[in-house]
Amino acid sequence: MAEAAVELDGVIKRFGEVVAVEELHLSIADGEFFSLLGPSGCGKTTTLRMIAGLEFPTEGSIRVHGFDMGLRPPNERPINTVFQSYALFPHMNVAANVAFGLEMRKVPKAEVKERVERTIDLVRLAGMEDRKPRQLSGGQQQRVALARALVNEPQVLLLDEPLGALDLKLREAMQLELKDLQERVGITFIYVTHDQEEALTMSNRIGVMNHGRLLQVGPPEEIYERPADRFVAGFIGETNFIDGKVVEEGRVSIADGLVVGAVTTSAPGTDVTLLLRPERVNLHRSADDIPAGQERLEGKVRRRLFYGDTLYYEVDLDAGPMVDARMENIGGVGRYESGDRVVISFAPDAADALES
Amino acid sequence: MAAPAVTPELEAAAERAESRRGFLLAVPGWVYLIIFFAIPLAIVLVFSFASRSATGQTLLEDWNLESYQRLASSLVVEVVFRSLWLAAASTVICLLLGYPFAYYIATRGPTMRNVLLVLVLIPFWSNFLVRTYAWRVLLGSEGPMSQLSQLLGLGETRVLFTTTAVLVGLVYGYLPFMVLPLYAAIERIDWSLVEAGRDLYASGWDAFRRITWPLSRPGVIAGSVLVFVPALGAYVTPEILGGARTTLLGSFVVSQFLAARNWPFGSALSVAILAVMLGATMVYFRTGGRTL
Amino acid sequence: MREGTRPSGVVQRLLGVQAWLVFLFLYAPIIVLIVYSFNDNRNVGVWTRPSLRWYEAMLQDDNVIRSLRNSLVVALVSTIISTVLGTAAGLALERYRFRGRRAYDGLLYLPIIIPDVTMAVMLLLFFSQAFAIINGSLGTRLNLGLTSISLAHIAFNISFVAVVVRARLAQMDSHLEEAASDLYATRWAAFRRVTLPLIMPGVAGGALLALTISLDDVVVTSFVTGPGSTTLPVYVFGLVRRGVSPLINAVSTVMLVASMILVGVSLGFQRRTRPAAVVVQE
Repeated sequence: MAEAAVELDGVIKRFGEVVAVEELHLSIADGEFFSLLGPSGCGKTTTLRMIAGLEFPTEGSIRVHGFDMGLRPPNERPINTVFQSYALFPHMNVAANVAFGLEMRKVPKAEVKERVERTIDLVRLAGMEDRKPRQLSGGQQQRVALARALVNEPQVLLLDEPLGALDLKLREAMQLELKDLQERVGITFIYVTHDQEEALTMSNRIGVMNHGRLLQVGPPEEIYERPADRFVAGFIGETNFIDGKVVEEGRVSIADGLVVGAVTTSAPGTDVTLLLRPERVNLHRSADDIPAGQERLEGKVRRRLFYGDTLYYEVDLDAGPMVDARMENIGGVGRYESGDRVVISFAPDAADALES
Repeated sequence: MAAPAVTPELEAAAERAESRRGFLLAVPGWVYLIIFFAIPLAIVLVFSFASRSATGQTLLEDWNLESYQRLASSLVVEVVFRSLWLAAASTVICLLLGYPFAYYIATRGPTMRNVLLVLVLIPFWSNFLVRTYAWRVLLGSEGPMSQLSQLLGLGETRVLFTTTAVLVGLVYGYLPFMVLPLYAAIERIDWSLVEAGRDLYASGWDAFRRITWPLSRPGVIAGSVLVFVPALGAYVTPEILGGARTTLLGSFVVSQFLAARNWPFGSALSVAILAVMLGATMVYFRTGGRTL
Repeated sequence: MREGTRPSGVVQRLLGVQAWLVFLFLYAPIIVLIVYSFNDNRNVGVWTRPSLRWYEAMLQDDNVIRSLRNSLVVALVSTIISTVLGTAAGLALERYRFRGRRAYDGLLYLPIIIPDVTMAVMLLLFFSQAFAIINGSLGTRLNLGLTSISLAHIAFNISFVAVVVRARLAQMDSHLEEAASDLYATRWAAFRRVTLPLIMPGVAGGALLALTISLDDVVVTSFVTGPGSTTLPVYVFGLVRRGVSPLINAVSTVMLVASMILVGVSLGFQRRTRPAAVVVQE
């Protein structure tokens, strides 16, 4: 099996009494686009900085392609970073910024020139070589930061929330560009973000962190559809949380006499919480419209939110709990108003039952 | 597999290496200041407890508190009060002149602001002695001001060598020290706050009193400290513009080392002045002032 | 300042008038001095006719020339040394954590706060004691002179340079040094290629401040000066105490114009950074 690009083995980081990162074990494959996802303060940036060498772990080891980085400073690691604030050298123009790392490694002038040109073309900034950073837009500065890192052909590229400062449309465009770039260049990318949509769109695998702990690692689909715990389920996308008790395998009771289908892994009698994604829930005017085999529950629409491409309904079930449903906006059909009586339906295996 | 895993000991060692580098960088300046500042300070402290021979020699024996006791004498108290009063008066006048001035500059457009600032900075950075001397020329009984007042039938001006002259000189010398922090504070004010105040029915004066003035207070405090402290210990200005009757702290201390030849007493005075200045500055920092 | 927040027309005009009066106050003495330096009359107050005689007299006055030379020597030496030490101190305090940092920080602020007179006294006592000890044990005959003046100037200038350099460093994005390291720069290369160019305006500003303070200083210098080592301001101060004379006017005008040129150069240099930064320097 190919050796891992980056391996964190028992990495712990303490700042005095505070534990920023708790016993991390993580293996990132070569050529992978890996995202570290979590809320502010969860330790993801600290972890990234430890890989870069800008911080040292208190315990544990970090190996890059098998070599333990130990206490090597950043300038001795085959890794480059794209900083959140870009950190472009304001007194140098674009070409000088991009060439910096090569010059530090005493690469011959002719080669520097050629590689710099090639990389600037790669990030589509040709013609901007003489500009100073303050003369560039946010998106352009970001590309310079990228080029400056990539030109060194590092074994691993680290990106610390690089798209945070860009507006929505630009951010979405850059996400696709980055993904595309990574696939073409083939370098391992480790990407830190708090934006779950970003992580879902771009990554081969995602590592979800909270309070310094790695909660779940896996491909986007897995993280989304089979969250390992309440936090992951709540952090990624929207989720309905419904309390209940396991009746038998595959069946959970959520209120007096009301039993629905769910994916269970616990023994009967266990208290569980059902995790049900709103887009798996459909609304109907009457139970007759519902195909066989689906769970069905009656209730009343409390509120409707219009998102343009989708409609989001908050439904109060007659049985008690409130359930959110998300339906595509396909014009006229299926538009419900606040106060309407509806029947919700979902597949018997749409909900995950996690132990409470 | 190369080096061993990191342990807390290794991490601590790396941090120590880093801090050693910083220490080495700081050492030359540190050593210099110890030799040429801390030690001299200590010497003054020591001398303040020494005694004086009949011929004015300092005797490093017979340690006593006489010099400090003299600080309470009526002569010293008189000098101190005069200096305090003068420093306070200068500060207040600088504030009264400086605040509207700084406000005016801060509320101009960007190019005009820069031009005005440069115009303020030029005299500020020019030679202090010369600027003070200029007042001596200006205020002299044969000088231009006097000639002007004679033309107006008011007779010669006899301002020179009075406390008033010293006051004028102090205000003149230290006005920029008041204006610059005030300007910095006022310029930093978020004017949308004032707009919000107007939106909430405040009149122009109300908006100033309740919003602008409180927000500019850090600048007022900074400017006041920057004027009061040096004014208290001023020497050149009183020497040039003041007379023999108006002895201030600065001249008083200096005379202990020249004419009066009472070094222990002069040292005690210096220590006392320094203690007061330090106290005032610490108060300034405690009330949240930022450096200079 | 936007429309809705401007003070009323009357207040505006009053503010404007007050401002220009203050400017008049600031510049009148300077202008008077310059004008009267060209006065032919020996009597300072009485204007006769324009002449350059006092400037000629000044250029022929040995004392003036000698003290000017002394001033320049002391200023140059003390500026260079205090800039180097002050920059190192500023870097150490702003970028590193080490034991005794707080104490050093405090010590560095003292020379700025301390009144001239106290500093003068301190250094006089120090030098007199030091020379007594050294002369006594080594048989030398060290005395107050240009060396003691330079050493004194360095003592207070280190702090001023450090403050200015620190302000500049604080403004700099600290991630830039991390980025340089990430891009394979050694500590020294990162300093030379990234940090130094970016703090250069601060270092230059600090140097200029030190130069100005050194050229300006009267009290401290007069206490630690010896025979033949008088600096220009101290010499002028001595003259002034004996009375006003037109020669002093001429010398003063030259000093004034020189310092104004120095300011102009410094401001021109600094305007490439934000104007607000200029205000930070006292």
